[in-house]
Amino acid sequence: MSTVAAPDGWEAYADERQERVGFFTDTSVCIGCKACEVACKEWNLVPQDGQVWTGESYDNTSTLGANSWRHVAFVEQEKPLHVNGDGTTGLRWLMESDVCKHCTHAACLDVCPTGALFRTEFGTVVVQEDICNGCGYCVPACPFGVLDKRDLPAPEALPAFLGRKEDGRVWKCTLCYDRLKGGHEPACAKACPTKSIQFGPLAELRERADARLEKLAAEGWNGAQLYLRDPDDGVGGGGAFFLLLDDPEVYGLPPDPVVTTKHLGAMWRNMAAAAAAFAVGIVGAFAIGGRL
Amino acid sequence: MSEVRSYYGRPVLKEPVWTWEIPAYFFTGGVSGGSSVLSLAAKLFGNERLSRRALYVGAAADIASPLLLISDLGRPERFHHMLRVFKVTSPMNVGAWVLLVNGGASTTAAVLELLGIWKPLKLLGELVAALFGPPLATYTGVLVADTAVPVWHEARQELPWLFGASAAASAGAAACVLCAPDAARPARRLAVGGVVAEGLVMHAMERRLGEVGEVYHRGPAGAFSWAARGLAGGGALLLATRGRRSRGASVLGGAMVCAGELCLRFAVFHAGKQSARDPKYTVRPQRERADRNGGKATTKPGEAAAPAARGT
Repeated sequence: MSTVAAPDGWEAYADERQERVGFFTDTSVCIGCKACEVACKEWNLVPQDGQVWTGESYDNTSTLGANSWRHVAFVEQEKPLHVNGDGTTGLRWLMESDVCKHCTHAACLDVCPTGALFRTEFGTVVVQEDICNGCGYCVPACPFGVLDKRDLPAPEALPAFLGRKEDGRVWKCTLCYDRLKGGHEPACAKACPTKSIQFGPLAELRERADARLEKLAAEGWNGAQLYLRDPDDGVGGGGAFFLLLDDPEVYGLPPDPVVTTKHLGAMWRNMAAAAAAFAVGIVGAFAIGGRL
Repeated sequence: MSEVRSYYGRPVLKEPVWTWEIPAYFFTGGVSGGSSVLSLAAKLFGNERLSRRALYVGAAADIASPLLLISDLGRPERFHHMLRVFKVTSPMNVGAWVLLVNGGASTTAAVLELLGIWKPLKLLGELVAALFGPPLATYTGVLVADTAVPVWHEARQELPWLFGASAAASAGAAACVLCAPDAARPARRLAVGGVVAEGLVMHAMERRLGEVGEVYHRGPAGAFSWAARGLAGGGALLLATRGRRSRGASVLGGAMVCAGELCLRFAVFHAGKQSARDPKYTVRPQRERADRNGGKATTKPGEAAAPAARGT
């Protein structure tokens, strides 16, 4: 068994627990080919949701969502690739394949009221499509804006109820749970031609990422940093983590995400006080004197 | 203030997908939570007329609430999946159970009251409803605060109090609409007191939120916020003056407070949407925090010098 942080709920598997696996996405070798986006869509039967020309570099996918479980971000910058400015025109083109982070402390999983979201034996986070009732609570709970509701027409006829025709459920990356079960790596990692997306045991990926970061630093790359590598960040580290070449927000990632349920205990206690004050206030409206 | 960086100005978070049914439910849930306590308190203080009216108001709101919630679901026919687990980490799940108990108890009590039968069971229903009323009126504050939406999460201290004050005001006001001014006296006090308390909590919340709270002055959230203040404030004033004797003024004042409280729920709802939509509300506080504490989410070269030790 590896020594990586145990994600919430994973321990319950006891003997059936598998090694915690994840993605290390090294953006310094991403060439923006979008093979990951395509492979993900093909393997997981993720429907197409229309085409929009954004004018935002080569990115017309724009964001992760119910119908895009991998998203390649393209950032054009007037900034040399190397700190000393060598071998560049003063321009650089950053590409990053984004994905669900499969957080150690996952807010989506915590707040899901039906138990549709669950922790797998591999330490990943998956939505059960036969349980999700489309309440949408996980959507604003995710600090990375990964999950979204699918508004496309449902593939099969739905039970007659309020005349709904849309799928209406929430979808996201499953880290190819079905492929993992069969001993295969996820479709995006398999398809990646430059090994920008690396799949494997998380402990091993971290070591590889640390070595890569030090190598880039020695070569003088501008802005190299790992994102969600550490178990002591606000989400307990990501099951998917990244090597970035600029601050996270440049790629549309939150710079210091914190799992929303971190303060839930205090929130419940605060609510209990408010509820008590509420009851006292109502009884007080009867008990006190005065002319009103 | 420094400009925040973002990915083509796109949101970091996903905007809540909830539609109008959710703020409408926050209102009906508040009315029913408040009414169930109001009804039992009125009974204890010998005000039968007020007690009965409040019981009916609470039951009516309790019938509307689940319909609103089910209608908002992406898969409404799976509404009962909410009750296949009990999860304290999910305020929505806890709320579903609270609503089930409060709603079941208050509607049962109202039906028995209407039929005039099974008095002990009716009393038990009223007691259970009153017990679950306060959590029903306040948990929705935790529900929205337990998200990554900055204007909600950063107001986690105030939201249950704001929703509680709003619920008290709307339950009192609804009883003022249906009850003659002499019997409605405690309800009138509750409505006026609730509106005053809500104004104070709102003020404290905006002070805490700072820049993140500016959405309450912009767009739909701003409009609803303004309408809430005007309607609830005006209604409370009317109740406190002419509403003490005039039935017409009491009805109008009560209706205005109810409308104001409904607007308040829509203001909070739209504030959340607006807050999630603009990346600056997400990025700036996090960037400032990261700069202060050295950026816990990022690892710069040299920081991961001992990977084996840090990886555990």
